Amino acid sequence: MIRLFAILLAWALAGAALAQGNLDIDTPAIAQFKAGMSQRHAQLLPWYQSGAVGLTRDGGVVLREPGAVPLAQRQAITTLIAGENADRTGLYREIARANGNPAWEADIRATFAQRWAERAPAGWWVQNATGIWQQKR
Amino acid sequence: MSHSRIPSRALLAALATAIAGCVTINIYFPAAAAEKAADAIIDEVWRMRQPGPGGPGAAATEPAKEKTP
Repeated sequence: MIRLFAILLAWALAGAALAQGNLDIDTPAIAQFKAGMSQRHAQLLPWYQSGAVGLTRDGGVVLREPGAVPLAQRQAITTLIAGENADRTGLYREIARANGNPAWEADIRATFAQRWAERAPAGWWVQNATGIWQQKR
Repeated sequence: MSHSRIPSRALLAALATAIAGCVTINIYFPAAAAEKAADAIIDEVWRMRQPGPGGPGAAATEPAKEKTP
């Protein structure tokens, strides 16, 4: 009886330890999202720096100052932003799925939102949890 | 015959506890692991980890001024 319980307890603790280890981010789909985002980053960089594009509180990007983008380039920026948000959403979903818990997608999105904002360089614009835009210092 | 014996009741309780524990663990979100995963991906996407000494800094992104004829 006690032995059975001990075995079950050990099993449960092993599961907990596993869950505290690492998330699997090494799948072909994740590699593809990362490649797309890396490539796009070079094009988005000047717009992050100018403040035209900001990091949203839900882990995406948005054209927060359309007026800061010359009209001729606005369509290109809009396309870039749509592609970036699609890749990010796909990435969050795929990380949750690859780790056997599709229900984690929202938590993963929230974690990324917090980390993107935290690690954004000075000068970039990020949206805080209450929706206020702030320039990183 | 009239009542179930204590040990089997205890066994049932232990099993219920163990199963509940497993369910809790399976839906538990590993926040620290997620942060680590996020940072690894952000490093790659934003290329924040400078590879090698004197990695590509601002100079690399600055386009050379073109000569105007």
